[in-house]
Amino acid sequence: MAYNTYSLKEAANRPERLVGGHRMCAGCGSPVAVRAVLRALRPEDRAVICSATSCLEVSTCTYPYTSWNDSFIHTAFENAAASINGVEAAYTALKKKGRLEENYKFITFGGDGGTYDIGFQSLSGAMERGADMVYVCYDNEAYMNTGIQRSSSTPIYTDTTTSATGVRSDGKPQFKKDLTKIMAAHNIPYVAQTTFLGNFKDIHKKAETAIYTEGPAFLNVLAPCPRGWRYAESNLMEICKLAVETCVWPLFEVIDGEWVLNYEPKNKLPVSEYLRAQGRFKHLFEKGNEALLERIQDDIDRRWEGLINLCSIS
Amino acid sequence: MSKRDRLSGNEAVATAIRQINPDVVAAFPITPSTEIPQYISSFKADGLIDTEFITVESEHSAMSACIGASAAGVRAMTATSSAGMALMYELLYVAASDRLPIVMAAVNRALSGPININADHSDSMGARDSGWIQIYSENAQEAYDNMLMAHRIAEHPDVLLPVMICQDGFITSHAVENIVTEDDAFVKSFVGEYRPEKYLLNPKESLGVGPYSVSVYYMEIKRQQFEAMNNARRVVADVSAEFTALTGREYAMFEAYRMDDAELAVLLMSSSAGTGKVAVDALRERGVKAGLVKLRVFRPFPAAGIADVFKGVRALGIMDKSDGFSGCGGPLGAEVRSALYGKADGIRTINYVYGLGGRDVRTEDFEYIFDELDRMADGGEAPDCRYHGVRE
Repeated sequence: MAYNTYSLKEAANRPERLVGGHRMCAGCGSPVAVRAVLRALRPEDRAVICSATSCLEVSTCTYPYTSWNDSFIHTAFENAAASINGVEAAYTALKKKGRLEENYKFITFGGDGGTYDIGFQSLSGAMERGADMVYVCYDNEAYMNTGIQRSSSTPIYTDTTTSATGVRSDGKPQFKKDLTKIMAAHNIPYVAQTTFLGNFKDIHKKAETAIYTEGPAFLNVLAPCPRGWRYAESNLMEICKLAVETCVWPLFEVIDGEWVLNYEPKNKLPVSEYLRAQGRFKHLFEKGNEALLERIQDDIDRRWEGLINLCSIS
Repeated sequence: MSKRDRLSGNEAVATAIRQINPDVVAAFPITPSTEIPQYISSFKADGLIDTEFITVESEHSAMSACIGASAAGVRAMTATSSAGMALMYELLYVAASDRLPIVMAAVNRALSGPININADHSDSMGARDSGWIQIYSENAQEAYDNMLMAHRIAEHPDVLLPVMICQDGFITSHAVENIVTEDDAFVKSFVGEYRPEKYLLNPKESLGVGPYSVSVYYMEIKRQQFEAMNNARRVVADVSAEFTALTGREYAMFEAYRMDDAELAVLLMSSSAGTGKVAVDALRERGVKAGLVKLRVFRPFPAAGIADVFKGVRALGIMDKSDGFSGCGGPLGAEVRSALYGKADGIRTINYVYGLGGRDVRTEDFEYIFDELDRMADGGEAPDCRYHGVRE
């Protein structure tokens, strides 16, 4: 599934490794991200999948059922990277001793809570140690599993249950943490930011590169949550497209330290187009809040310019 | 062939780990267990072990990686102390409920605050309800021997529980003693190969570990842990008996020292038992019918044996090297009294909290305690619980 020979048909025909029957919400980006990433696994390769405690975990591996065709492990919320690091070390040990012939890949999923926040130390440690693994953050910009509380990934002025809006609050007062950049600063072989667009070429290609690059790789996937973001379930793809076209969520890769921009919108849309589509930003469109929208736009513009300066164009 | 060697407790445990040659070790340095991962690093650098050594960024990740490795199907070990163990607490429960036979070298050290690096049992006592088997060692020899037995107990199909082998920080971990070590071939044969039935890296069958378990299933999982811990009582006894038969070194759930006709006794764990035995010998010389029980296995708790061994004793001092802050004594006090209740009634007891944060306990302390027990046995007033060896 190399980039220049990419075939959606071939990718879509690969066997599903996260099967239906799980309990994730309709219109949720998380299982879409998982299926897209796992589709990059060559059918002959096996995998051990790990998940941080999250919606994904509690909805896909509910005793006595599992939706995972591969071996799957969940241990806790804040330690998914260290847990898969242990699995990977066991694999290395068994391989060295000639006790295992099959090839395995190691892929971990965590939400932004388990990745940007409580699991950040564990992630940073595993990446620094050079574990041969892929960490996939499905970023839905709040702690959705516990009921839409703010995280360090939540954008400024978002209405969440712990950054409530009211007469004395415009929502979350802080800007979103730039985790992808932080992961790039670990100088690992591969870091990429992606989401769901068109025929999924971007995410499929990045997942394949991440999985088949030796050493640690990090994928940050914007994965909207219809409950937390307040959009109609059928609008998932539209929301993702707006995130990219407004430069709120640029698509880029950092390959061995080289920054590559994968997509530059022909007509960069105003950020309000993206915000207006989501109930969590509804208050920003009330009269008198124009300055808040302006501040968001300025921040997005500044970040975009900064990224352009780092990147060569692919 | 066994040989005599001069080793500290940490060296003894590291030697055992070298001989066991585990597949994965994940550990983070913390005083006084730091030397153990240092030895692992040297063993690996010198080609003496082929262990995958994960130099994690925290004890939390150490236990997480051990869980991942053990679930994947290999032997995983770690070493820690004090705050390091406390940082693992959440994962200790996960390891036990996932039924993963991880082995930990625990070098007991006080928990903060105030921060203190010396021995007491507040770290492992905080983990007493986590579902781990806990075995306490009096000296370097026992730390070594217990470590050789740990995998046999943990990996037994009727058990499948993690095991921590505890020794007292500095007092045991750093004191160099003459001990007997077994040769590598003996250890290899005694410990054996680990071949789990279910594991993540089994190409023939995928496995799900750590599922979300709702109310209709959770309690059955716990009931099975209870069963495993009960089975561990028999397995610890069997493995210990086998080890004793092979080495001549005696191990059981607890050691009863001069208890046959004892009227006054103390119960304690780990290094202070050595001092206590010297004190008991001196008291016996003076005609005092003193005895000592050194609890080796705290989890599973040998309640029936405890009730039995103290029958005939008039007064018992239960010595806790940690305070559970129940306001009425430490964890040993509560569990030993519970074991005696209805089974060996009529024994008067005092629960002593002693030796916290490395506070020295000397033969004079034991003499004082036995004197107090003697007065109580004769009907004297005594508190249910008190701190011993403290300025107050």
